[in-house]
Amino acid sequence: MSMNRREMLIESGKLIVLTGAAAAALDKLSGATTEMPEKYRMAEHWWAMTIDIEKCIGCGNCVQACAKENGVPEGFFRTWVERYYVKDWEAEHPEVDSPSGGASGFPESRRAPGKSFFVPKMCNHCANSPCVQVCPVGATFETPDGVVLVDEKYCLGCRYCVQACPYGCRYIHPVKGTVDKCSLCYHRITQGLTTACCEVCPTGARKLADLKNPKDPVHEFLRQNSVQVLKPQMATGSKVYYKGLDGSVR
Amino acid sequence: MIQHLPHGVEGFMYPNEIELQWSVLIVLYPYITGLVAGAFILASLERVFKVEAVKPTYRLALLTALAFLLVAPLPLQLHLGHPERSIEMYLTPHRSSAMAMFGFVYLWYLMVVLLLEIWLDYRKDIVLMAQSRTGVMKWVYRALTLGSMNISEGARRIDDKMGWLVTVIGIPSAFLLHGYVGFIFGSIKANPWWSTPLMPIVFLFSAIVSGIAAVLVLYMAITRLRRQAIDMRCVDTIAKYLFYAFLIDFSLEMLDLIHRIYEADESFKTLDFMVKTRLYTSQVLVQILAGTVAPILLLALTQVVKLGDLARKRVYGVAGLLTLIGIFAMRWNVVIGGQLFSKSFLGYTSYKLEFATREGLLPAITLMGLPLVILWVLLKLLPPWAGEGAKA
Repeated sequence: MSMNRREMLIESGKLIVLTGAAAAALDKLSGATTEMPEKYRMAEHWWAMTIDIEKCIGCGNCVQACAKENGVPEGFFRTWVERYYVKDWEAEHPEVDSPSGGASGFPESRRAPGKSFFVPKMCNHCANSPCVQVCPVGATFETPDGVVLVDEKYCLGCRYCVQACPYGCRYIHPVKGTVDKCSLCYHRITQGLTTACCEVCPTGARKLADLKNPKDPVHEFLRQNSVQVLKPQMATGSKVYYKGLDGSVR
Repeated sequence: MIQHLPHGVEGFMYPNEIELQWSVLIVLYPYITGLVAGAFILASLERVFKVEAVKPTYRLALLTALAFLLVAPLPLQLHLGHPERSIEMYLTPHRSSAMAMFGFVYLWYLMVVLLLEIWLDYRKDIVLMAQSRTGVMKWVYRALTLGSMNISEGARRIDDKMGWLVTVIGIPSAFLLHGYVGFIFGSIKANPWWSTPLMPIVFLFSAIVSGIAAVLVLYMAITRLRRQAIDMRCVDTIAKYLFYAFLIDFSLEMLDLIHRIYEADESFKTLDFMVKTRLYTSQVLVQILAGTVAPILLLALTQVVKLGDLARKRVYGVAGLLTLIGIFAMRWNVVIGGQLFSKSFLGYTSYKLEFATREGLLPAITLMGLPLVILWVLLKLLPPWAGEGAKA
């Protein structure tokens, strides 16, 4: 087909206009939308989590539920459980294990008497998050309701955020080639549900908290208990609050 | 430990930490950009600081910088999970990210500094070659003139003034380029091996050292291949600057080390153990002893003892090569070393360098060889030796 320059420009213009219109029409037909459900207003929430170390029994239900709910690839973890063992006064040298992220519980310990406890870990959804700061394209971002999320359609897979996270919460998805991490089950909490890990916790050790909701029991929890965040010296504004966190925990 | 640990892991790592994130390709990135910055600084010695003795290496240094700069983004591209999205760093850069600025710093340095300076300096040669060459090459040189055929004395004077100005802008730009690369690592507060305000300045001086060493070695090798006499006054002067730059670089690295040992913060025991075990060969033996102390002693020898021309050439050659190996080891120890320990400070992992994989040894060797191929082409296209191109 022969075409002069004028015709080519006209055809190209038509193509651009029609493609845009077709994409918009397809979105309309398929109901694709980025809007939140009508009831949910981001500005009314500020999400966090509380973890009661004394209640955690190391069953690993949370790890399994998270993996199932979010399709976490094998060998990687959006949440995991660590078992600490501190013999005596050597808090600087605790013995820690987390076989398969604690997904199947822990083998019986035959250590000498000492202090032993479980520490569930996850993304801390920091308010001053180093991962958000370093992402070169803004693919990792903080939502107005306080959740750190990753736009996997935008992530380059440069891994800078993985290096910047002090808590080891991020990994590169082996199939997608983009970074992945705990989303605080954003797809659930914006529908009025709790996270998968909280849902299955048999002792209620993990609890989703909405700091902007004055009726949320989190306020009583924070007022009544001695709570701590992981690595406070990092000043990341972590929003995962631990009750009974031992000084040996890293 | 009662759990079965993955291969190469000792103690406790957070479960997502076992796999290293940044491979040998990310070692090449600061190494290559360092060579660029260092070679440019050497070129500027002649141009701005009027160190006439290094003039024989001026153009070679610029072309070396260009050859390496063209390759600098490739290891990053090869490393990305989605290289096709890297354009987003230009289109929608995240302003708080140190890494987001790389594209702009790179483009500034390539387009505004290096290409412009090379073009201004070679303009007369290019015009003469466009007039004297035939066939395809005539058109190549005609294109390189960018339509400017005026090589009158007045025009050349303007070229020279502009070239000087570009070099003056280029010096802080070279500092920016590599200091910035150091900042990418130094600003990561989660990693105590990287997180130090000294990192950009250590990177900068090690870059100057590696760039000077690279041009010294290349100049001697190429001159030998051309069967020409090595300008001893030139290599003596370069070696002297290499020696001084190395002393500053070594002092800064020792300052960092002494500071860490004396301060002995919570990470110290972990890092100390790592240096004494997993990094012992690459850090203590290769970087510090073979790659730093040995070349400094060799260069010091030439400063205090009168050696013959042949002996000095050999000493400079060996010192230059050892320096290049040492600075590579330094980059390795920063990038790989910074990922061998857990951020829990309770364990260590290991790095297994694969061969013919996307981030293996083979692509790394290829990427290191590529600048030499590009340099060879550039030397053919734009011979740095006075008048040679125009005569041919």
